[in-house]
Amino acid sequence: MPELADIRNVLFLYDYNTRLVVLSTMLLGCACGLMGGFLLLRKRSLMGDTLSHATLPGVALAFILAVALGGDGKSLHFLLSGAAITGLLSCWAVLFIRNNTRIKDDAAMGIVLSVSFGAGVALLGLIQNMPEGSSAGLESFIYGKTASMVLSDFRILFLITLCVLACTLLLFKEFRLLCFDEGFAGALGWRVRYLDVLLLALVTAVTVTGLQAVGLILIISFLISPAAAARFWTNQLDRLLLLSALIGGVSAWLGASLSAFFPRLPAGAVIVLVATTFFIVSMLVGSERGLLIRHLRLRQLKIRMGRQHLLRALYEILEGIRPEGDIVLRAVPLIQIRGRRTWTDSHLRAYIRRACKEGLIETPTFDGSIRLTEIGLEEAALMTRNHRLWELYLIEYADVASSRVDRDADRVEHVLGQEIVKSLESKLQTYQSAGSLIPKSPHPIVLGD
Amino acid sequence: MNTRNKVIIKEKDLELDPSLQPLTIRDLTVSYNRKPVIWDIDLSIPKGHLVGIVGPNGAGKSTLIKACLDLVPRTSGEVMIYGKTYHKERRRVGYVPQRESVDWDFPVSVLDVVAMGTYGRLGWMRRVSKLSKALSMEALDRVGLVDYANRQISQLSGGQQQRTFLARALVQDADIYFMDEPFSSVDAATERAIVQLLKDLKKLGKTVIVVHHDLSTVSQYFDWTVLLNMRVVSAGPTEEVFNQDNLRRTYGGKLTLLTQAANEIARN
Repeated sequence: MPELADIRNVLFLYDYNTRLVVLSTMLLGCACGLMGGFLLLRKRSLMGDTLSHATLPGVALAFILAVALGGDGKSLHFLLSGAAITGLLSCWAVLFIRNNTRIKDDAAMGIVLSVSFGAGVALLGLIQNMPEGSSAGLESFIYGKTASMVLSDFRILFLITLCVLACTLLLFKEFRLLCFDEGFAGALGWRVRYLDVLLLALVTAVTVTGLQAVGLILIISFLISPAAAARFWTNQLDRLLLLSALIGGVSAWLGASLSAFFPRLPAGAVIVLVATTFFIVSMLVGSERGLLIRHLRLRQLKIRMGRQHLLRALYEILEGIRPEGDIVLRAVPLIQIRGRRTWTDSHLRAYIRRACKEGLIETPTFDGSIRLTEIGLEEAALMTRNHRLWELYLIEYADVASSRVDRDADRVEHVLGQEIVKSLESKLQTYQSAGSLIPKSPHPIVLGD
Repeated sequence: MNTRNKVIIKEKDLELDPSLQPLTIRDLTVSYNRKPVIWDIDLSIPKGHLVGIVGPNGAGKSTLIKACLDLVPRTSGEVMIYGKTYHKERRRVGYVPQRESVDWDFPVSVLDVVAMGTYGRLGWMRRVSKLSKALSMEALDRVGLVDYANRQISQLSGGQQQRTFLARALVQDADIYFMDEPFSSVDAATERAIVQLLKDLKKLGKTVIVVHHDLSTVSQYFDWTVLLNMRVVSAGPTEEVFNQDNLRRTYGGKLTLLTQAANEIARN
């Protein structure tokens, strides 16, 4: 096990080599996070996948070319240039197939991805058979070799990240419109294709420089996970990008540091695992669209609906007892309420308990009958009125058969706010029976037993 | 007598002068694959009309609009906006795309979307200014969505989404508007509000060209109608063009008895 001092040394970057590696991967993480955000929203996440796989034949070809020209094929810049070229070619191939045939995006990407990766693997095999091939070590591009990063790599990554950041800041509104509504951007006279190419070029640059750090397979996750995780926390693009970059950076920091503790642990894999952990946690507890918050919202809606159903049922029963004149507060037997609606006993009991707590109904007597309080009656009257306004609205404007209205109204009245109800009121004033604020139900009310 | 004739000829020339016509289309053909979608379209829309483009599914209504906006490549022919190419006069054009063409789950607010209407004037790399935002709020007010300005767009109903797009087009402050099915799946109240808005635009002298589906409301909404089925079957003032004969020629067997009946009723 690593000692505390080691942990501190790594996490706070005391050691020169670790500092270099961790800072480099952090930059990469931020750049990937930013670009991943746009890719995600442009629905092009798989494009990163295709692109990164297509870098392999480029690396191999560049190596072969370098050797043929008499070099040793070890120049990293040369290899990465090859990767960038085939990467961009693959993007172009995908767009070409999509635009000129009836094959859709996903199939086009699948074709290009597997073909280029296959070509890359085949070329690597050829290189193995070359006399110079034994020392190639090109396989490290597949899985990454973070520990081998040097100062010049850091410089390149720094430049690329700066580039990505500058483009994001300067062209934020352009990229946003491109991702949201390509057609409108075109109608404004923008050259949508140039923007698209720029976006892909940036992604290519990030991918290619990331090859060394995390490898061509794992960089895909690096492009997708932070952005996808960030989406659970916010509904604003600028925050999403910021958060995505942050998650990318922090994943890289934690991942690279962790792998520094354990000599055999490849950094690329750990980084991706950390990023995925961020994704899973975000999916569960994300504040905007996480599963938990969704569940809670749904539950709240259910409870609110139940409460309204209960109050309205009580009101309509009271109304049925005294169809003319004022409504008198009196106890209603539980069995009569149960007959109004299909609700389970346990649910109904829960609603009653809740309404009691809110002071809307009096504590049920032991014979099981229920009595509204004054406040409860007021609330129930208001609710019933809203409901009926809606029913009328639907019959009047939405061409819904009146026998089906009740069910539809049940749903919408909980969704729409007070302000819409107000506008309805004015529209439907003519329907209100004189003297009563509560319009008559447009369909006959069937009384409970 | 002679001079009078001349004057009449001049007036007629003036009427056909493309630089005064919001939209002139000559010999327009668009094909996606081997088959043309629209064929040899010749069309001239005079200023200040509410124009309905009507035709069956697959007649090329959307394609026609997209070709006017330079969004799809033309196989042949030309489109002129006030006598010039689209690119030159694009600032005078407003666009409402089909509502389904975008992802309404996208992380932007209603105000953000409406402000996109000012992007054309802002220019590249410029940030959305306070003026843009003020204009956008004004447009939101016109479509009755001010209270929704800061909501995320996924919280809107279908009708509200449509009104958001409309507000974005209003912000463009154009002279000619192209709208692709602005009434699709909106509730009746929204439809009425939109129609009112279109009529207001017309009063301001704007030209509004609308792809429309519902035959029963054509004569009620539009004073100019283009009947389209791959080619222009007929185009002109609605009361002249929108009749049973032309409809049959446009829809062929697709015009069911029911629509015909509904049409009759709407007219009487």
